[in-house]
Amino acid sequence: MINVKGLNLRLPGFNLRDIDLNVGRGGFFALIGPTGAGKTLVLEAITGLVKPFSGRIHINGREVTGLPPEKRGVGIVYQDCALFPHLKVRANISYGLRYHRSEMPAAEKRLPELAARLGLERILDRGVENLSGGERQRVALARALLVNPKVLLLDEPLSALDPNFREDIRSMLGQIHREMGLTCLMVTHDFAEVFVLAQEAAVISQGRLEQTGSVQDIFERPSTPFVAEFVGMKNVFPARFTGQAALVEDVAFQIEARPAPGQGYLAIRPENVSLSRRTLEVAHRNAWPGQVLGLADRGIWYEIEVRIKGLSLKSFLPKSSLLETRPFPGETVIVTVSPQAVHVF
Amino acid sequence: MRTRLDPFGWLTYFCAFTVLAFIFLPLLEMFSQPTAEDLWEALKDKDVARAIWLSIYASGLAALISLVFGTPFAYLLARKEFPGKKLLESAVDLPIMIPHPVIGIAVLSLAGAGHPIGNFLGEIGVRIMGSVTGLVVVLTFVGLPFHINAVRTGFAAVPARMENVSRSLGAGLAQTFFRITLPLAWRSILVGMIMCLARAISEFGAVVIVAYHPMTAPVLIYERFTAYGLKYSQPVAVWLIVVSLLLFVLLRVLSTPRKARA
Repeated sequence: MINVKGLNLRLPGFNLRDIDLNVGRGGFFALIGPTGAGKTLVLEAITGLVKPFSGRIHINGREVTGLPPEKRGVGIVYQDCALFPHLKVRANISYGLRYHRSEMPAAEKRLPELAARLGLERILDRGVENLSGGERQRVALARALLVNPKVLLLDEPLSALDPNFREDIRSMLGQIHREMGLTCLMVTHDFAEVFVLAQEAAVISQGRLEQTGSVQDIFERPSTPFVAEFVGMKNVFPARFTGQAALVEDVAFQIEARPAPGQGYLAIRPENVSLSRRTLEVAHRNAWPGQVLGLADRGIWYEIEVRIKGLSLKSFLPKSSLLETRPFPGETVIVTVSPQAVHVF
Repeated sequence: MRTRLDPFGWLTYFCAFTVLAFIFLPLLEMFSQPTAEDLWEALKDKDVARAIWLSIYASGLAALISLVFGTPFAYLLARKEFPGKKLLESAVDLPIMIPHPVIGIAVLSLAGAGHPIGNFLGEIGVRIMGSVTGLVVVLTFVGLPFHINAVRTGFAAVPARMENVSRSLGAGLAQTFFRITLPLAWRSILVGMIMCLARAISEFGAVVIVAYHPMTAPVLIYERFTAYGLKYSQPVAVWLIVVSLLLFVLLRVLSTPRKARA
């Protein structure tokens, strides 16, 4: 449905390089990456607002690379909504109708339907200045949906909302996506949105795609050190492999799978690094004594740094469990990592 | 409870007061000097009325020309990024920097006999020297930067994302401009015209070179001052200030939205 092939884009001081994306009909794709990675630029290339240097963009099987934005049938919802301040809610929503004459009667009937579905009936005749964040976002969504776009692009649609609105709009977005069979491409840096809404995702960094795949793959089986760190694997190290073990510094980790040739990294989620005071009764394959280096408050958990020989690992410990075994800097604890939790790539 | 003002606070107030006094004292003095009779005399004076009217008329034309040619250019400057843009922006400001008599001389040398443009203008019967045409030319020259800068700021204040959304909804470039950009920026366009008008009305240096006659209000004031003295120039000056003030008030009224925008 959305097919981006070999997209290169050159701007003063920033380039997008060799972007390949494929979003199937009815799919929900998340493009994630740090601020300034080029996420929004990819969206703007798809809408036709910036001209690619090379590469092709197909939407719904039709090449749109050289077409102006108004000929592409791509809806867009921005983080700041970009509502037209001089128009009432109704006029905002129906802004695009006059450019879709062929679908006009049907579309006109859709307005009340859409307004009802998004809970906007009561505010249709209001100005847009004093709407709440959630209302603004729903108006922006209705405005994009009324003209029946072939694909919907979402540029961090939820990040400007209050946390309590965010979940509502998020589930509404998911519902609309499913019920209307929309094809969505969303840019975000919020993992919760990715997990709830998207099936597939890509991680972008410095104008390049680092990894593309299912959401599960990206979060559980990152393929580059950048992606591993980005998805929260705080322990990422270059490693040497010998048989069923991975060597980092002087520490040998037992691993589940035999590493493929060319692999040279090891990554462990901090929540999979467990700390305890007593030696476990069951002999554990990856257990070492380690020294607590530091402890930082992260709200509902503590982030603890421990050192095993020359290697320092990060561990997350829920505060509830800490009540029993609150480690202090300098203390020696038993560090265990299950072989299944060691990801190699 | 009142907090005590520290020395820096006093300094800011002192400077503010000094600046205000600096602006208003000469103007108030000017207003208090002529008697009502003098003012009335000046108003009845055909030359004065003609000069003020010519000032407004020629400056109005300059503002219209700026509107037509300056507005699209301002849009370009507000929206497009291209190499050399900073240079172009500085070029637009050049008329503000150049000493105004120099502008007059430059325009005259371009329009004089011997220069291809001057010859061409002569052939089609357009006279720059000492004509309303010449007047409008230099007034546009000095006023245009003010129009372009005000309008560019106005266009830049319209988020590009709104235009993007409009286009994604099916509106072309022109439709987007007239349905989104213009309704949101018309106020700045008006402000730009008034700025240009105000600047043109107050122009003296370039005008006196290109067209001493027909006489605009500033030239008339200057002539009365040199020929008859301070007392005779003041009533005319008061009327010119009144006209300028009216424009100024209009500017503030138009540029202040009825309700604050979010």
